Amino acid sequence: MMATKRQEIAPLGARTCGKVVQGMNVVYLDNAATSWPKPPQVAQAMADFLEHSGGNPGRSGHRLSIAAGLAVLEAREAVANLVHIDDPFRVIFTLNATHALNLALFGLLRPGDRVVTTSMEHNSLMRPLRELERRGVAISVVPCDHQGLIQLDVWRQELARGATLACATHASNVTGTIQPVVEMGLLAHEADALFLVDGAQTVGALPLDLQAAHIDLLAFTGHKALLGPTGTGGLVLAPGFPPERLQPLVRGGTGSRSEREEHPDMLPDRFEAGTPNGVGLAGLRAAIDFLTDQRIESVRQAEVAVEQELWDGLAAIPGVHLYGPAAAERRTSTFSLRIDGMRVDEVGLRLDEDFSILTRVGLHCAPAAHRTLGTFPEGTVRLAAGVFTTREDVQRVISAVSEVAASAAHAPRVPPCVEASAATRGRSGKEA
Amino acid sequence: MPATEARSVVVFHTTSAAIKADKAARQAGLETRLVPTPRHLSSDCGLALRFARVDRAKMEALLREAGVEPAGIHDL
Repeated sequence: MMATKRQEIAPLGARTCGKVVQGMNVVYLDNAATSWPKPPQVAQAMADFLEHSGGNPGRSGHRLSIAAGLAVLEAREAVANLVHIDDPFRVIFTLNATHALNLALFGLLRPGDRVVTTSMEHNSLMRPLRELERRGVAISVVPCDHQGLIQLDVWRQELARGATLACATHASNVTGTIQPVVEMGLLAHEADALFLVDGAQTVGALPLDLQAAHIDLLAFTGHKALLGPTGTGGLVLAPGFPPERLQPLVRGGTGSRSEREEHPDMLPDRFEAGTPNGVGLAGLRAAIDFLTDQRIESVRQAEVAVEQELWDGLAAIPGVHLYGPAAAERRTSTFSLRIDGMRVDEVGLRLDEDFSILTRVGLHCAPAAHRTLGTFPEGTVRLAAGVFTTREDVQRVISAVSEVAASAAHAPRVPPCVEASAATRGRSGKEA
Repeated sequence: MPATEARSVVVFHTTSAAIKADKAARQAGLETRLVPTPRHLSSDCGLALRFARVDRAKMEALLREAGVEPAGIHDL
């Protein structure tokens, strides 16, 4: 029964939203992990790339290689437009936001440097930072409140003690909490620190002007709010950021300066080596075109309305606890919940099995964030709506959670999470 | 362009720059073609942009406007 339900996903196209899986109309609430469904234009662009532009992007002088190179350039231009910078070569493509954050952190930091970050970070930022700490970089973690919001006065104080780099997520992947990046960036620059932002949860979801937010380096992923395929993402260098401050993470073939065995310095080649993900970037470009056509601002307004309805409906259910800012405009389309008397894994499984509602349970690769919220090590059930989430979906979720919470209220008390004592010993969580 | 017409090529530091210049030139109505870089001119980047020699001033202006710094412009 379980196996049957989880097999095969119906192809997109028959319905505009394509939310039917094995005959069941699912409510997909895992968009913070990866968005689904994608606009049909994405798959079409990827098929077109494979059929008509299948060369190695820009490596060879023939027409297939040039067509592939043009697809990559146009993806670069689409990202540059999105974050309001003029030079597309300051968009460095990587596999994902994690790869981009690693490029920024390992490229910038040396033993003796000091970094200021927040207690709501994902492991994509925390794990490279902890490795750099082992190598002699000092790390200061600024606390956030119970809704995940940065304490700006502490942020200011920690920066005033001297810092090479300030880095923070734009919005939490657990509670959706949007940080005041404009103020944070201004304070970082006042303290002569560079400002690196993890935009994994926000690029595509919220309008963002790189320079207005005082951001020097912005990591993004293509497969979440941007609605593109996995394997796409990047690091955007602000117009004033000197590329020579950043050491490359990978070196190799670029199709340029081939007579030299040293890696070239010109952008984007300085930070990109090896064959790029042309097919993925063709899909990303189509996704950004789709979003731009819809206008991110109007998508956002529609999402906020749906999100508020979801939060308010769930908040009224006895035994349900919500994590994140209550006001939908203060978060992305993501927040977390727990139900009294029921483990989060049980809640997630019941929502999937009995109601075809797909969530993500556990620590969401963000143990620091769960410590801040007081939900470590058990974690939460995360509800991450997306562009295609409807009001009808919201009503289904509210009624399903009511039913699960009512059954939990009548069930015998569950034992505490068995891994609790083991997981609290180490800094790292049990899940990546 | 007719095969007998005198031609020039722009050579670049990166293939991304070559492709960007080609796109900008086409949008401006110049007749161009990306070609493998003539080996005797440069090994900077595998792609060069071939154009009619009479369009040289237009090409230089267009590169400036597109923010593309060429590695060189050579007559063929």
